[in-house]
Amino acid sequence: MNAISRRDFAAGLGGITLAFTLAPRPAFAQQPAAQQPARLPGSLDNNRLLDAWIRIGADGNATVCTGKVELGQGIVTALAQIAAEELDLPLDRVQMISGDTERTPNEGVTAGSQSTENSGTALRFAGAQVRAILLELAAKRLGADAVSLSVADGVIAAPDGRKLSYAELAAAADLHREATAQVRPKPASRHRIVGKSIARRDIPAKVVGGVAFVQDLRLPGMLHGRVVRPPGYGAKLEGFDLARIKAVRDGTLVGWIAEREMLQSRIARPLGDGTKSEEFDQARLKALLPGVVAVVRDGSFLGVIAEREEQAIKASLVLAESARWKAGPPLPDQVHIYDHLLALPTEDKVVNEKQAALPEGVKVIEATYRKPYMAHAAIGPSCAVAQLSDGKMTVWTHSQGVFPLRGNLAMGLKMRPESIRCIHAEGSGCYGHNAADDVALDAALLARAAAGRPVRVQWMRADEFLWEPFGPAMVMKARAALSPDGRIADWNYDVWSNTHSTRPSEPGGNNLLASWYLAEPQRPSPPRMQPQPNGGGDRNAVPLYDFPRQRITNHLIREMPLRVSALRTLGAYANVFAMESFMDELALLANADPVAFRLAHMKDARARAVIEAVAKKAGWKPGERGDGRKGRGIGFAKYKNLATYVAVIADVEVDRASGRIAVPHVYAAVDAGQIVNPDGLENQIEGGIVQSMSWTLKEEVKFDRSEISSRDWATYPILTMPEAPSVEIELIDRPEERSLGAGEASQGPAAAAIANAFAAATGKRLRELPLTPARVKAVLG
Amino acid sequence: MAINIKVNGATHSVPAEPDTPLLYVLRNDLGLNAAKFGCGLAQCGACTVLIDGKPVRSCVTSIDTLGQSEITTVEGLGTLERPHPLQAAFMAEQAAQCGYCIAGVIMAAKALLDRNPQPSEAEVRQGLAENLCRCGTHNRIVRAVLRAAQMGGRI
Repeated sequence: MNAISRRDFAAGLGGITLAFTLAPRPAFAQQPAAQQPARLPGSLDNNRLLDAWIRIGADGNATVCTGKVELGQGIVTALAQIAAEELDLPLDRVQMISGDTERTPNEGVTAGSQSTENSGTALRFAGAQVRAILLELAAKRLGADAVSLSVADGVIAAPDGRKLSYAELAAAADLHREATAQVRPKPASRHRIVGKSIARRDIPAKVVGGVAFVQDLRLPGMLHGRVVRPPGYGAKLEGFDLARIKAVRDGTLVGWIAEREMLQSRIARPLGDGTKSEEFDQARLKALLPGVVAVVRDGSFLGVIAEREEQAIKASLVLAESARWKAGPPLPDQVHIYDHLLALPTEDKVVNEKQAALPEGVKVIEATYRKPYMAHAAIGPSCAVAQLSDGKMTVWTHSQGVFPLRGNLAMGLKMRPESIRCIHAEGSGCYGHNAADDVALDAALLARAAAGRPVRVQWMRADEFLWEPFGPAMVMKARAALSPDGRIADWNYDVWSNTHSTRPSEPGGNNLLASWYLAEPQRPSPPRMQPQPNGGGDRNAVPLYDFPRQRITNHLIREMPLRVSALRTLGAYANVFAMESFMDELALLANADPVAFRLAHMKDARARAVIEAVAKKAGWKPGERGDGRKGRGIGFAKYKNLATYVAVIADVEVDRASGRIAVPHVYAAVDAGQIVNPDGLENQIEGGIVQSMSWTLKEEVKFDRSEISSRDWATYPILTMPEAPSVEIELIDRPEERSLGAGEASQGPAAAAIANAFAAATGKRLRELPLTPARVKAVLG
Repeated sequence: MAINIKVNGATHSVPAEPDTPLLYVLRNDLGLNAAKFGCGLAQCGACTVLIDGKPVRSCVTSIDTLGQSEITTVEGLGTLERPHPLQAAFMAEQAAQCGYCIAGVIMAAKALLDRNPQPSEAEVRQGLAENLCRCGTHNRIVRAVLRAAQMGGRI
């Protein structure tokens, strides 16, 4: 009944081995090291062989490999469009393979809104060159001049009507050679596929119940695993109370689901509290737990494998109840978290500075903004399938970076990277570095005890909330001077944050959760400052506005009281919220209209264009005031100061009694350079706006001294369907400009627009996220 | 121990304990992928199926409570070749980003349209209030359900 069979999916996930190699020919390998190869565009530079990207089969169809992976952002469809365009093949004759350590180029991590720029650019040049090679071959065979030939749908035609298809030329086309980037890709005027709203390749399976996610992978003989995580960071497993297992294992599973919530909130119960504790005894534990194939303990890593998924869940709950832990260090008090963070040692760096004389008679204002820890909070908890067979570990994973993951897995498993293969399969949307990588090590550790059978591990809901690396809490302090003529004469901006990347791609340690709890614990890599212009905590901290004098300082807090890493936009969301809020505070001081005030300080023509476009679209009226309840605000950013430009206007309605902020309408104007897929771009921009509204109005990870208390959707609510705003988006296509990443471009501007709209409506400013009813009521008095 | 359950018109005997949540039986015994594990707490809606036409969270419904009930999943609505209007509408609107929530959303929408074949936009939003989407695809989802209603959601 399902259009996409399980078998096809398994095949697509690594069942087929393709006869080609990513290794260069010896001739290349033996080139003298001193001879620096020419720089190639995009990811071609690091993956220089043409057939690492594109191969033409005997049927004339193309197989296109990319190291970037589908995260629900539509990238695989967009890259197929680019490849098909350059190859002059119909889209359905381009097969895509993505994220496989044995079949695709290593493009690091799919993150930072860089896939279209890096992988897309590589495919554009590789595709143009492959087409040229085929044309050249055809020209020889036809005895015609290559420039006289035309290509359509994989068929090359001579002026006299003779034709040769890619299928006829494929065998003779040598693509195992270094890319040159000497063949110019098509000009935008000749694009037929790029620039069109092509339907996404992955959506059909998702609406008919096809195999679409790693969660849906079912390999023959597959077992199910669950991990029993400690009661908190750094807790140590001391032993088991086996009598407790007997007492509780008869509870029903549905009952246990509620019970688990109670279990998860247990405080660590150390030995010596009067209960009887025993050593780890595999045979006795197995005898007590129905369906269990193995209980795996390595230090404080504890997991279980069972024949059936519900048996694994039940066994993990029973084990959790009987395990005895020594608690780790306490968490800081959330009430004082920002003071706590600001008191920690920092590594400081002035990331941007401009000097000019300060005019006479300036007015100086300053403000402090705060952003809490936020969760990625995927709808589907993280999942992986691992199989150890003949000394080779194969891991199916929704990691954003299969190559970096392989490196950390090799460390954690003490295996050679060559003995591990990581194959990407889609997961639930991740929005950055969540537990996707962690669960891969969990599955691999359990697979070692499964006698060659594959093991599927999916985290439980509370695991996902309690153990994922959060987006870090941040503090932003801004101070500016306004000259008598109403212009910003000086701008000082300081941002304090933990690192925004503890990904497996970071050097100097193992960043997979389970590795820290092994009997021989491994250590995470040390945090490091990420350089501008990408930045980490300071992403988008350098204003795009033209100020005569400015100083931007990044303060990296090295100690991490809560586990943190990359959440969509890194520091940009908070920095744009703070800076664009502060721009409105300055506009108010200057008695200027917020749109006019921004334009007065902005030279960048494309930035001006999106600000003007959104103002026009929303019907912005200069000087319009809120009425105490309704108001509108604007926010702008060019993501990372090098990617997509977005300006957003939000309308809010404030219910002064309940403190609730509603956002009925949002308008956006977007310049992402040349648009590859307009519908996909719009989907990403709108998704970013709606997700940002959820972050901005609702989201904050809660914790107390002993535990993280955000553990489910009741304790970490997100934006629901009735709360979503209507969104109108204007896309400004610039076919002559290069394509810019857009997946993280709208979140910051949307947050600022909402905060500015609230201030416009009420005359009061909220500087701490999220803008909850309690904070609204407090500020309105 | 085996229990009989009726799914998408066929009766299946499944070798599971009576307290097993329906979700795991659908996914692992019957190989039906649509219903997803999201929370196990009946909070997110990713596992939504119809039981005798009513939307139910399969993650907290144990199979011994089902009796002769008819269970319907997304697989029972249509196929790629013959999609249900809801499935066709979700494809036409490209109403997904990651798509993990979509099967649950479609079943909740099916129950809504069966009850109210021509809902207003506000009624669709309210009808899906308990189905969480994390990607921010809210408006496309609502548009897809309204489109399906126009196409005749009840078949």
